[in-house]
Amino acid sequence: MGIFSPITALANPARFSAFSARALPWLSGVTALMMALGLYLGLVVAPADYQQGETVRIMFLHVPSAWLGMMGYTVMAAASLGVLIWRHPLADVAAKAAAPLGAAFTFLALATGSLWGKPMWGTYWVWDARLTSFLILFLMYLGLMALRSAIDEPSRAAKACAILTLVGSINIPIIKFSVEWWNTLHQPASVLKMGKPAMDPSILTPLLVNALAFTLLFVTLHLAAMRTELVRRRLRTLRITTASAAPAFAPEPAE
Amino acid sequence: MNDPHLGFIVASYAIGLVVVAGAIAWTVIDHRIQSRALAELEARSGRRRSPR
Repeated sequence: MGIFSPITALANPARFSAFSARALPWLSGVTALMMALGLYLGLVVAPADYQQGETVRIMFLHVPSAWLGMMGYTVMAAASLGVLIWRHPLADVAAKAAAPLGAAFTFLALATGSLWGKPMWGTYWVWDARLTSFLILFLMYLGLMALRSAIDEPSRAAKACAILTLVGSINIPIIKFSVEWWNTLHQPASVLKMGKPAMDPSILTPLLVNALAFTLLFVTLHLAAMRTELVRRRLRTLRITTASAAPAFAPEPAE
Repeated sequence: MNDPHLGFIVASYAIGLVVVAGAIAWTVIDHRIQSRALAELEARSGRRRSPR
């Protein structure tokens, strides 16, 4: 017993399914409310920025999705440790379920960043360290999904994906610190930095509300996708046992 | 809102809507497909229904 006992209790597929079934309706409701509040604050309440004008509203989508693109990969890296070290049955389920969600948020960050860059920088894309490392993150997600679908045996796919995920996790600190280590067109950190955020509260508050709303959305979708993955694995096991229990195929007599 | 960059803002939120709605729809549809397939197989093989 200890502070980990509630977590270890949940780390059982049956208990996790029961818990997520109870939690998902509540989480979905809170997420919908927070998304609506975030949209209202971002599109209606937040003032135009003194430099960016109305274009600052793209930041309320871009920054949270960029954070979640990185958070999704961090979740996968932690789950990969669970696969390789503890061989936990839920760890690979969590890693697999997080990949398409992380890819979706990473794509959204790239697309909205590009649409912000054209009016503000005069270009949709530059090959600077932040943008390039973030594109690599997106390619890592796609590569991991492709690798998993290319291996039929689930335990082999889990191991291969866990190893590749951990190798690719070196990209996360590179993304975070790229704006400090290299001379980039992308601006340095303005929220997650030492000291006070370099942002007026009228812009910071909607940004943080949207970040919380997007994080809740990620958690909700991740829990739901993990439940589906458990169903998919049970279905696969049942198909195999049903096929092996079926009577041997009897060839039709020759005419 | 009468901003010269309105098109970029609208395009960003439109892509955001498509990605978020797509992620939600994919999650819901995938769960329905897998649950239905499991229920059918369990019914055929005479096994108990598993908790969803």
